Amino acid sequence: MISLSASESSTATTGAAAAAPPSKVGPYVPDAPLAVKVENVSVTYRTTFERTPTLKTAIVRLGRGERAVREVQALKGVSFEVPVGTSLGIVGANGAGKSTLVRTLGGILPPTSGRIEVHGRISALLALGVGFNPNLSGIENVVLGGLANGLTRAQVRERADEIADFAELGEFMELPIRTYSSGMRSRLAFAVSVHMDPDILMIDEALSAGDAKFKQKAAAKMQDLMSTARAMFLVSHALGSIKELCNHAIWLHKGELMMQGTPDEVTAAYTKFLQVGEDAFSLEDL
Amino acid sequence: MKEAETSAAHAANRETVQRAEDAGYLSEVQVYEPHRVGLPPLAPYFRELWRRREFAAELSRAEMRSANTRTFFGQVWLVLNPLLLAFVYFILLFILSRRADGAAFFAHLTAGIFSYYFISGSISTGARSVVGGGSLIANMAFPRLLMPLSAVRTNFYRFLPPMAVYFVIHAATGQQWSWRQLLSLYFLACMIVFASGVSAFFAALQVYFRDTASFLPYFLRIWLYLSPILWFIEEVPHRLAPFLKFNPLFPILGGYTDLLVRGDVPPPWIWVAAPLWAIATAGLGFLYFMSRERDFAVRL
Repeated sequence: MISLSASESSTATTGAAAAAPPSKVGPYVPDAPLAVKVENVSVTYRTTFERTPTLKTAIVRLGRGERAVREVQALKGVSFEVPVGTSLGIVGANGAGKSTLVRTLGGILPPTSGRIEVHGRISALLALGVGFNPNLSGIENVVLGGLANGLTRAQVRERADEIADFAELGEFMELPIRTYSSGMRSRLAFAVSVHMDPDILMIDEALSAGDAKFKQKAAAKMQDLMSTARAMFLVSHALGSIKELCNHAIWLHKGELMMQGTPDEVTAAYTKFLQVGEDAFSLEDL
Repeated sequence: MKEAETSAAHAANRETVQRAEDAGYLSEVQVYEPHRVGLPPLAPYFRELWRRREFAAELSRAEMRSANTRTFFGQVWLVLNPLLLAFVYFILLFILSRRADGAAFFAHLTAGIFSYYFISGSISTGARSVVGGGSLIANMAFPRLLMPLSAVRTNFYRFLPPMAVYFVIHAATGQQWSWRQLLSLYFLACMIVFASGVSAFFAALQVYFRDTASFLPYFLRIWLYLSPILWFIEEVPHRLAPFLKFNPLFPILGGYTDLLVRGDVPPPWIWVAAPLWAIATAGLGFLYFMSRERDFAVRL
């Protein structure tokens, strides 16, 4: 397993990035001031086998002498730097640590070791969506999300209308979230995270949200945000949208940073890896 | 040369950290590092908690709205529920065991049960608060302690209508009024602090053992019997007497009901023990919660 450090690979890819800038986003400028700096970050957490751990099962397991918790090494010594103006695509197989990385950057999961420096306010749109209390209305969830995110009541009120407009939910905003279709939920979630005035926006698998029309609108909004935001992170299995929306990419595999470079290079290497399989790939030079 | 470089780097590092600490989560620069001894840095944590108190208030308001607490029948139910329980115990203790002091005892019983409902309600809604926080916990970085504190706030507001009814009972049963009743606010404050601590503790425990909420009713029922609700503090059942110093609710609830119902000023040790228990419980409960907080996002 080869993991490249940030400095090595960024010098290696500078030429390529300058030569072939992505069509819709600005160029990747490796010398720009940093937006995010990730230094040798590892995240290890313990989790249970059961979906709902109970005292009862814990006692039963104890009686059998089994360990009910398992340690997960989600990230292992990952380092990279994200200069201002980067739109970073993150690719990797399921369980590669992509979501953990995004949550660590968002301050939700503190790192087990290492250090993260984030310059600016982060708004994260994660795979799990925003509708946290299905019995509360869309608007109440928006207000609660904004307040939890540290906005003041006045700021939240200002944004609530914009969010409702953008999500195109109409009178559904007044109805409990449990009445929403999954597309409506993700539209709301997307609208909330792009309206938090983020300096840094993180989007985890969200582009699959909504119908074709909303997808276009979302993509347009993200490009719009790129002109004001300092950096953007996009986690996606859709390699097409990574190539389209990002100007730099990293590839994670089993918690380690495999490669970073232009989206074309990284997605090509990743696709090849998926086709030939892990064993064959690790024999080659990266 | 190299030394100078590293010390310059350290200085820059310190400066960054300092800037981050000065401005909190919303700052220009945020630094995330491993938590020391499993605890997040306390001063920024509580500063951020205070800054986002509006979130806890709104969460509690929204929950009360969805539970129809603010409607007329919602309020009636809040009163009826503990009042019926008070009637049950009144019949049990007054009629079956022939207590002589009917009116005074009934006033004491309702005051005790109403405040016990506040504490037990805070504990049981608090226990569900983090697990019920679902994707908010998984998706956003904020001091999680706001969740159980919001549950305590909800239960405090649910405690107000029963308290209003208590004053009607107080008048109807011919209890005396006195300025000393105001002193009961001191014990009410202890009660709130104490409830917050226990609530935070069970909120964290519930994440690891999801059946905690099913054991809670038994635990709470036993605690009710061991607390000075069904008896006055001076008539401690003698088998219970040696253990009373281990029950935080003895000074807290005992002092509260004594002042509120009879206007009796409790002995000094009650005045000292009540805040000590409250602060120690809140301290331990909060520390336990905060030390486990990191886990919540991956355990839910």
